[in-house]
Amino acid sequence: MGFYFIQFLTGLASASSLFLIAAGLSIIFGVTRILNFAHGSLYMLGAYISYWLLTTLSPGPIGFWLAVLLSATVVGLVGVIIEMGLLRRIYQSPELFQLIATFGVILIISDITRAIWGETDLVGPRAAGLSDAVTIFGHKLPEYDLAMIVLGPLVLGVIWLIFHRTRWGTLVRAATEDREMVGALGVNQAFLFTSVFFMGAFLAGLGGAAQIPKGGADLLMDLNVIAEAFVIVVVGGMGSILGAFLAAIIIGELNAFGILVFPQMTLVLMFAVMAIVLLIRPWGLLGRPETASRAPGEAPEPPLQRADKAVRSLFTATILLLLLVPLFSSDFIMVILIDIFIFVLFAVSLHFIMGPGGLVSFGHAAYYGLGAYASALLVHYLGTPMELALIAAPIVAAAGAFIFGWFSVRLSGVYFAMLTLAFAQITWSIVFQWGEFTYGDDGILNIWPSAWLSSKMAYYYFALILTLACVYVLRRTLFTPFGYITRAGRDSPLRADAIGINVQRQQWLAFIFAGAFAGLAGSIYVFSKGSVFPDQVAIPQSIDGLMMVLLGGVKTLTGPIVGAAMFTALTDWLSSNEVWFWRSILGAIILALVILFPQGIVGFVRDKFRPSEEGG
Amino acid sequence: MRKSFNVMAGLAGAAMLISTAHAADTIKIGDINSYTRLPGHTVPYKNGALLAIEKINAGGGVLGKKLEFVSRDDNGKPGDAIKKAEELFNREGVALISGSLFSHIGLALTAYAGQKKKLYLAAEPLSDALVWAKGNRYTFRLRPSTYMQAAMLAEQVAKLPGKRWATIAPNYAYGKDAVKAFKEVLKAKRPDVKFVTEQWPALFKIDAGAEVQALLKSKPDGVYNVTFGPDLAKFVREGKLRGLFKGRTILGLLTGEPEYLDPMKGEAPEGWIVTGYPWYAITDPTHKAFVASYQKRWKDYPRIGSIVGYNAMLSVAAAIKKAGSTDTEKMVAAMEGLDVDTPSGKVHFRKIDHQSTMGAWVGRTKLKDGKGMMVDWSFKDGANYLPSDAEVMKRRPGK
Repeated sequence: MGFYFIQFLTGLASASSLFLIAAGLSIIFGVTRILNFAHGSLYMLGAYISYWLLTTLSPGPIGFWLAVLLSATVVGLVGVIIEMGLLRRIYQSPELFQLIATFGVILIISDITRAIWGETDLVGPRAAGLSDAVTIFGHKLPEYDLAMIVLGPLVLGVIWLIFHRTRWGTLVRAATEDREMVGALGVNQAFLFTSVFFMGAFLAGLGGAAQIPKGGADLLMDLNVIAEAFVIVVVGGMGSILGAFLAAIIIGELNAFGILVFPQMTLVLMFAVMAIVLLIRPWGLLGRPETASRAPGEAPEPPLQRADKAVRSLFTATILLLLLVPLFSSDFIMVILIDIFIFVLFAVSLHFIMGPGGLVSFGHAAYYGLGAYASALLVHYLGTPMELALIAAPIVAAAGAFIFGWFSVRLSGVYFAMLTLAFAQITWSIVFQWGEFTYGDDGILNIWPSAWLSSKMAYYYFALILTLACVYVLRRTLFTPFGYITRAGRDSPLRADAIGINVQRQQWLAFIFAGAFAGLAGSIYVFSKGSVFPDQVAIPQSIDGLMMVLLGGVKTLTGPIVGAAMFTALTDWLSSNEVWFWRSILGAIILALVILFPQGIVGFVRDKFRPSEEGG
Repeated sequence: MRKSFNVMAGLAGAAMLISTAHAADTIKIGDINSYTRLPGHTVPYKNGALLAIEKINAGGGVLGKKLEFVSRDDNGKPGDAIKKAEELFNREGVALISGSLFSHIGLALTAYAGQKKKLYLAAEPLSDALVWAKGNRYTFRLRPSTYMQAAMLAEQVAKLPGKRWATIAPNYAYGKDAVKAFKEVLKAKRPDVKFVTEQWPALFKIDAGAEVQALLKSKPDGVYNVTFGPDLAKFVREGKLRGLFKGRTILGLLTGEPEYLDPMKGEAPEGWIVTGYPWYAITDPTHKAFVASYQKRWKDYPRIGSIVGYNAMLSVAAAIKKAGSTDTEKMVAAMEGLDVDTPSGKVHFRKIDHQSTMGAWVGRTKLKDGKGMMVDWSFKDGANYLPSDAEVMKRRPGK
């Protein structure tokens, strides 16, 4: 009995630290509608700063907590810099564009941290006054765990007081409820956003600083906590602090007891909970349905137009050029171009649901990965010929999209994004943890193409022609009734519904259609590399796709193609030529693009040269 | 349009020039490692490798040519590593590639080397599959494998009375290999031991308090630990506070390596039996000279990665010298059965499975002056901790 009680308390302690990470993320999202991917970086900064303070000052019991608060404040100020220097400039950009900016911030903060504190993992000093363990029912529990158990509810209480007993808090709650109305009533939104960002960043820093006595600081923290933080926020309901607290307790306890029963399945459990909660309560435990955004600048898009003569001749010329490449280039140029083709297909298929479909998927990698693993597993276990395995990929991916899509299209906006993310993470954790079948992160090796495609040049033409054909089909589909109906569902769901279109079913079909093409892209990738790894299903793969579409321009048809080509070439070039700081250079380039081209690169070019189209 | 065609043609032309320019006066060694993902481990490796290269070049190079070290970051992803390998061979014209730390990346490069018939020296990855189940003619491995290090630890505890063993290992390939090998070797020596629980925290996401409780629940006599990095630090802290280590035998695979022991400073565990690298206490003169020159060159002390990187480049140079050329087939033939004198003693690359016999140090951890050290250590020659040749042939199919 005592054992289970201690396990329960241990679960509560980790729930408190989960809550601290998630609370700030939830507050920032509630008011500004920004999904701050850099939240993990702020958490990491908090850990490093407090480590530095604690080891240089080695304070007493009161000094310890002062140092923790000071670190959190510094991180809060970093948050203010990010908000004022960067995000404020792009609030008018399309929804989710800020996400990319925060991704650039992750890359930069990570390199800065490495430059300041070095590469070695830092192990945190114990907290003064709480450095030992207490014995409860004959079992030991670290004193600091008790402090954490108190800290979580304490922070929750303080946030509640601020929100319910101060004018500022009232405004924040009002803004969470209806941001435009608050603006219309004359509240200084700029100040409100900045201060909310300070508070969110402060909490992230507090979370990082408070976990020092239980862990330490290392350079992988930023990405390691972000997925968990999102799970908590989504399960609790975006913008709901009490919900985040509840969700943290559920996940914390589930983990503490889950490892007794399923020691190997810790990762799957968490995302499975998220999916179940979203299916039963789509807006999270204590969240509210998303209110329609009335943000200015979100006017309906002009109808899509077929490419005019100039664009078409540009396309033709590019294709001709690509056909000629193998005649005068080295093998490695072809390697890079094949990568680009694969990502173009991936990005265009993502764009199909994201742009014309209006459904932003955070888990498109699931279908790419399903296709990739379908091919690889068939070849590995059954010795299926490459041609058949390649055909199977889109079918399996479509089947996956069929199931996941059925659940996902019931939601919209950010909740849709989060549910697709949850499904992608479930797929990933199964691939990763079911080692007997998928070989886990060893990957599946030696999946090479058939003999007739074994030369680089042959595979180059194969990938090129397949990509061109698929991109053509995806593009052509947008100008068929299927495509028009899809867009009708995006632009005006009510009217579409009124004229007899089943909007959800249409979205579901579009989701499956796009998933199939992503699966094919995954399969082409497998045969070009000869192997597949869980990376192909992981979050960064989905994010890369989003970056390509958004950097290229989500409201254009050529955007994803240009975005994919540019992003792939840029990453490759930077990482080959500059080993040490290439990520922060990439981050800086991303930030520059985000600020200079809020409509994406192709969107910018189009607006610049053909403003007439905007009027339509 | 014409303009951009010219630009492309120009670029392609330049690329061709670059790709033919390598037939010059240096021999390029391609290096791929997780420099941005795990800098704490890979930077010492690179420093060690560069030190060896500088030393070899100062002595006139190999075959009258200087060695050149061309580094690439794999971003911690196997797919990227393969791409970098293609770039290094096709664009940089390297003679061979070496490096990598993560097992799965090492395995990906192994498959690549086998398919493309290029030489790959896996310096640091530990996976057993790399030379056995998935080994091939073109891949060699330097560092003592998971099996060898697990066998060294199992030998230590086989003499002890404890019968109930628990294991904790990160839930991925390396952790699984390490537990499997340990159970296999210990069971063979001690059929009476029982494995009472296995804990598998997700890599770098350990919930240390809960894991320690789960281990306590099974009341083991000994715990075999494979966690490392930030997971290890959290595990040690919770284990100490919750009394897991008291009165039990604790084993730590790799825990004695400075990469893992040093960050813990005064929190380092005491009395664990570990494999590691007590560079500060090794009295062999060749090794002392290595430490001195490393400290002089990098103003830092060597880690296990440093000596592996150093030995890797010595091995590469010796192989090219013995082959008399940078032709892949000739280098492979030269590496099979190659003997290299290194600061950690003589290393032999076995013909049978391409595993080197580089050894490891086994000892107990102890706190000295507020940091963890290895004491009562002894050097174990890797050659003594490999299965019989017949067993190896069974595990390395198709060879």
